[in-house]
Amino acid sequence: MANAIEVRDLTVAYRESPVLWDIDLDVPSGGLMAIVGPNGAGKTTLIQAILSLIKPAAGQIRIFGQPYRSVASSVGYVPQRGSVDWDFPTSVMDVVLMGLYGRLGWVRRPGRNERTEAMAALDQVGMAEYAHRQISQLSGGQQQRVFLARALVQDARIYLMDEPLQGVDATTERTIIELLRTLQSLGKTVMVVHHDLQTVSSYFDEVLLLNVRRIASGPVSEVFTEANLRLTYGGRVAIIKGAS
Amino acid sequence: MEQFLGDYTFRTVALGTAILGTISGALGAFAVLRRQSLLGDAVSHAALPGVGLAFIITGSKAPLILMVGAGLAGWLATVVVLVITTTTRIKYDGALGFVLSVFFGIGLVLLTFIQKFPDASQAGLDSFLFGQAAALVEQDVITIAILGGLALVVLVLFWKEFKLLSFDPEFANSLVLPVRRLDLGLTTLLVVAIVIGLQTVGVVLMSAMIIAPAAAARQWTDNLGTMVLVSMVIGALSGVGGALLSTSMSNLPTGPTIVLCASGVVLVSVIIAPRRGLVWEQIRRTLQARRLRSEAILLDLFELARKHDSYEHPHMEAALKVMHPNASTLRRQLRSLHSKGLISVHSTGGWALTEEGMNTCKGLLDKRVR
Repeated sequence: MANAIEVRDLTVAYRESPVLWDIDLDVPSGGLMAIVGPNGAGKTTLIQAILSLIKPAAGQIRIFGQPYRSVASSVGYVPQRGSVDWDFPTSVMDVVLMGLYGRLGWVRRPGRNERTEAMAALDQVGMAEYAHRQISQLSGGQQQRVFLARALVQDARIYLMDEPLQGVDATTERTIIELLRTLQSLGKTVMVVHHDLQTVSSYFDEVLLLNVRRIASGPVSEVFTEANLRLTYGGRVAIIKGAS
Repeated sequence: MEQFLGDYTFRTVALGTAILGTISGALGAFAVLRRQSLLGDAVSHAALPGVGLAFIITGSKAPLILMVGAGLAGWLATVVVLVITTTTRIKYDGALGFVLSVFFGIGLVLLTFIQKFPDASQAGLDSFLFGQAAALVEQDVITIAILGGLALVVLVLFWKEFKLLSFDPEFANSLVLPVRRLDLGLTTLLVVAIVIGLQTVGVVLMSAMIIAPAAAARQWTDNLGTMVLVSMVIGALSGVGGALLSTSMSNLPTGPTIVLCASGVVLVSVIIAPRRGLVWEQIRRTLQARRLRSEAILLDLFELARKHDSYEHPHMEAALKVMHPNASTLRRQLRSLHSKGLISVHSTGGWALTEEGMNTCKGLLDKRVR
């Protein structure tokens, strides 16, 4: 199986201390990978580095063998929900349409075709009836689903999601997990920053254990072990159900 | 009033202030949404040395020349702010305050210096401090209209990019949109909006023309396009209103008068706007409190009834009074619950849940568990 993402010798530093240090990582094409690690482990930073949102101090990242700029349209991004102002005067439909801005190009406005696509994406995350809602009226889980719909309309080959399951209700969690499976069945590669160690084995088939350095990565059944978790969390981790 | 509208000078002034109010309203909406209101303040203060230098170098008071000077100085100020925040550990607000006062100080020194010039050609430059609408002539209005029109055209052309930049710059970056250049572009448009208003409103209060119409407009709508349009209308009306007042009364400075008009609109909007206004908020809170109180009484009746074999077992008001000491409120709530058919009154004068009331209670408890 070819690799969708290849990271080599990646080091990212803010001021003096490294946030990511000498990371090597292969994400297999079609893989559904969880990124886990303690706070400050560099999970978000890794996603942002892959998306070229931050400049690494060293190392390189290839997506389908190419730099990010040339394959940007094949990569969908779901940022953390808290990264935007949800009181911004705009509707759910408008936010989803933003996923198509890259494809639309300059000056052109989204038209009927784009609205149809956005509606289909909203339907896929169970938010179709909220299309014309003002975004400040949404619950946390609904906000998250709107962000997912915005990534879905990008019709990407790779999806990078930053904590999509953080603090969402049960309905949203089920919807998102179903969606991840659907994406995987369509041959998409998905990387998800995840915080709930209990569910890693049931939701994902690949995992990256990260704490500034790459502790381990690979199939969940092989690398999601108690020993590796101890290395990642520094012995602070309690009993993990489902860890082999 | 009529004599003003027929007056050529006044028509010129009103047209000028209307246009500048429109432009600052449009760009102000973006500044406010991007939390850059204070940048507007820094830019307008920082433009003052530009006005002084442009005059010293060219000896001309042509509006375009003074505006270019003001624009360059204002733009330089935003660059300095950016450099300070990215290269030092000084925070954004610190950098803004620093740049604002340093540039404004230099501007004041230059104006004082210019006043010592032997000829009288410098007269009028100090109107840049508090603004002077009466001094607007046709040439000024034409300059304002052209610059402002260009700014609006650019805003419309890159509307969706500016919208995404304002809402989620990181996502825009992930789509490989040139975020830095878009940011620079939108900031430049803001500088243009400020510069065309300087002579009329003055550097000290120009930022209010950026903030006030936008802040008022946000109260009335949840749509970006509508917000920008409403902000433009409020800006234009404040501009004309302020100019009208200050021209009709002698010794009334234009800038402050325009700003007071805009602030009046903000005050009214903050109080009475539907959904976001304070009055609306108060009504919603009162209604919610009333609903919660009546739910509490219903659930208390439910609790009391559980101790008996039948939910229809009545309880006297006195029993509920233990939990709801305000007698008149309790009675009012009981009557309201009764009229909704959720409780019934017994021959003994006691209250009991009806079947519908029972179901409502179960629904409420269900919701709480979830």
